[in-house]
Amino acid sequence: MSEEEVIATSQTPAARLAAYVRGGGLIVPLITVVLAFVIGGFVVLLAGKDPIATYEAIWKGTGLQWLFPWTTGDDRAIAAINLQQTLLITTPLILTGLAVAFAFRAGLFNIGGNGQYIMGSIAAVWVGSSFAGMPAVLHVLLAMVAAVAAGAFWAGIAGFLKATVGAHEVITTIMLNYTAIYIGLYLFGLGGPLQSDTDRSVPVSNDIVEGAKLPVFWGDPVLQGLHIGIFIAIAALLVFWVVLNRSTTGYEVRAVGLNPEAARYSGMSVSKNYVLVMAACGAFAGLAGSLDVLGWQFRLATNDIQIAQAGFIGIAVALLGRNTALGTAAAALLFGALLSGTSQRNLDASVFEPELAANLTYIIQGLVIVIVSADVLVLGLLRRGRGFIGRGTGRSGPAPATAAARSDGAPPPEPGP
Amino acid sequence: MSALAEAVAPSRVGAREIAWGALVLGVLAAFIALPPIMLRTPVPSLILAVAALGGGIFVVREGEKRLGWIAIVVAVLAGVGAVAATQTNESSLDAVFVWSALFAAMLRFATPLTFAALGGLLCERSGVINIGLEGMMLMGAFFGIFGADLTGSWLLGCLIGMASGGALAVIHAVLSVSFRADQVVSGFGLNFLALGITGYVFVAHYGDQGTPGDVPRVPNVSLPGIEDVGFFGEAIGNANLLTWVALLLVVLTAVFLFRTPRGLRLRSVGEKPRAAETVGVSVIRTRYIAVIVSGFLAALGGAYLSIALLGSFTENMTAGRGYIALAAVIFGAWRPFGALVAALLFGFSSALAQRLPEFSESTAVLFQALPYVLTLVVVAGVVGRSRPPASIGIPYVKE
Repeated sequence: MSEEEVIATSQTPAARLAAYVRGGGLIVPLITVVLAFVIGGFVVLLAGKDPIATYEAIWKGTGLQWLFPWTTGDDRAIAAINLQQTLLITTPLILTGLAVAFAFRAGLFNIGGNGQYIMGSIAAVWVGSSFAGMPAVLHVLLAMVAAVAAGAFWAGIAGFLKATVGAHEVITTIMLNYTAIYIGLYLFGLGGPLQSDTDRSVPVSNDIVEGAKLPVFWGDPVLQGLHIGIFIAIAALLVFWVVLNRSTTGYEVRAVGLNPEAARYSGMSVSKNYVLVMAACGAFAGLAGSLDVLGWQFRLATNDIQIAQAGFIGIAVALLGRNTALGTAAAALLFGALLSGTSQRNLDASVFEPELAANLTYIIQGLVIVIVSADVLVLGLLRRGRGFIGRGTGRSGPAPATAAARSDGAPPPEPGP
Repeated sequence: MSALAEAVAPSRVGAREIAWGALVLGVLAAFIALPPIMLRTPVPSLILAVAALGGGIFVVREGEKRLGWIAIVVAVLAGVGAVAATQTNESSLDAVFVWSALFAAMLRFATPLTFAALGGLLCERSGVINIGLEGMMLMGAFFGIFGADLTGSWLLGCLIGMASGGALAVIHAVLSVSFRADQVVSGFGLNFLALGITGYVFVAHYGDQGTPGDVPRVPNVSLPGIEDVGFFGEAIGNANLLTWVALLLVVLTAVFLFRTPRGLRLRSVGEKPRAAETVGVSVIRTRYIAVIVSGFLAALGGAYLSIALLGSFTENMTAGRGYIALAAVIFGAWRPFGALVAALLFGFSSALAQRLPEFSESTAVLFQALPYVLTLVVVAGVVGRSRPPASIGIPYVKE
């Protein structure tokens, strides 16, 4: 066995990430996004539409131009409403992104963000629609705690199975995703135990009581203004950064992620960390579910559960954000803007049909994930371009990444939050 | 090696036989409570179920864990099911448990799963994880019917569908074999890509109209002689051509994997790639072929959905079947017949779920969730450990 192979085969996702961060810096995610959007532009062209005009219309739909002072008058009012939508969608994506990012840092791949998000929504809608007359602050907090617990429990199952019998977390979380969907369909379906008391013919939950709704601080509450959940998501980003970079727990998590064997030999409990990390991920995703339910959905129909995507998009968010706090925030905003800019409500249908745009979003999302997965490729090309490549023989790729991974005895330097 | 151990340890052979006996008792417990026998009292079923449970527990204590636990699970399910059945009125039971129709529906549901599971199995046996089965099925589903519509031939439709799944698989192969990408991440990204591509072309080409109603479909095969024979006639007398192809492929895959030199090479690449390379097998080439073939097979499973079963396409129509196929691979312990049994079990579960809602929406949901829950139980190691190929998910670096 060559030394090179030893390194290549022992590369955990976190170790790959470390190499990636060192080698790529900010430039690789940028290239990834640009590449995805350029290919997306060709896809638009294939449908016989103008890519520039389409991206312009999507940009208009995001409302991000509100940030520029030269947007005035009616434009500004419309932009404000659109931006509220964008941030409304960004909020859960930040949290589901963290749910995936935290797992990646421990060397785990949490595909189960969606199931954890659904379990969180279910818990939140159950608590939020019961206990009418409870003090508002207490009620909201109780609903969120229930959602966090539900998400943590659901992800904890995967962590526990990984720690005890070594069941691959990718397989268990996929199965838990679907199980969560069917739990939701059972609970809120016709004749289900949590189905609406008032409308027995619709598969939907009871409505959240007034006191359990999150206050809207920007825009009209009736038109889905922006609720305070975004601050909770930002607080979660801070917690993520502090725990990961400034605490013993975070040090252990990163150590386990970079090299589980080394962590074990230095006296850390790898299995305990697996359970803890997965539970924490579930907590983030569960919280995301509660913010959507308490912030703007106010009820949960079986259809909402079936089309829930936040947990899956969280994977793209974490990968693009390179599993850092700041990166996750930026990537969540990017995907939040893309989703809101291509939505039926915000996209000008005369430029580009929203039905097509929704699929364009999937394509861009898929491209981002695929390009990020080929980190070695992007990195290799970059290094080759800079003339840093030492061993120029063979195919592109392998040498630079392994070299970078080798130099990584210590955890990688972290960009701030 | 385990076969040898069993041969020299007579007590374990006994345990296995008891386990099989318990399994039969358990199935019988459920069977007598259902049509056509339909006893209206739960007592005989419960006696049988308890006997089966006792047998299962005994076998587990004897050390034959896998079969023993299966017997225990079956006994408990049969007992609960039988009691539930005796509480339900006869006409409902008669309407749901039309065995021939259930069997036919099971085959219909199992066919796409079998194709995709065989693909996933070959891919994983070569050491490459294929989470992208779902996307490859979806490509086959759309481009299969798109091709059939454009060319006017279901055969060309199938081939075009397979080619589209193969194209997606080529991307997976390039990324995960040549560029040593994280296989789970790249496969997952491909699923999104397939969702977008199929939805995009579907909306752009067919718009609000949907696929036309007169697309050529893969024909059913009527078996002369069997067609009119009661149970068999309704169950298999008029099954789809692709269902038979799927069953044939199970046999061929098993023969290929375990009885041919090429199959041995494929397995060795998934277990010990370095050793395989030493004896002259090209790891890279083997993995490329396995990944691409898995794309063909998964896509054919998807094409079955659109041009054989339904005759239409809707966005995201595979709805997670690729993931169920992945579950079938694991459930079947990376063996073709194991995967077939898993696909049939999951198919039966779906067939029941399809017929139940008229009487109980909630029980129907329960049966839909069964594949996922069972797979969780299997990977949790309760029913014996299902062992993946040793080098799965590990990129190979050539010397």
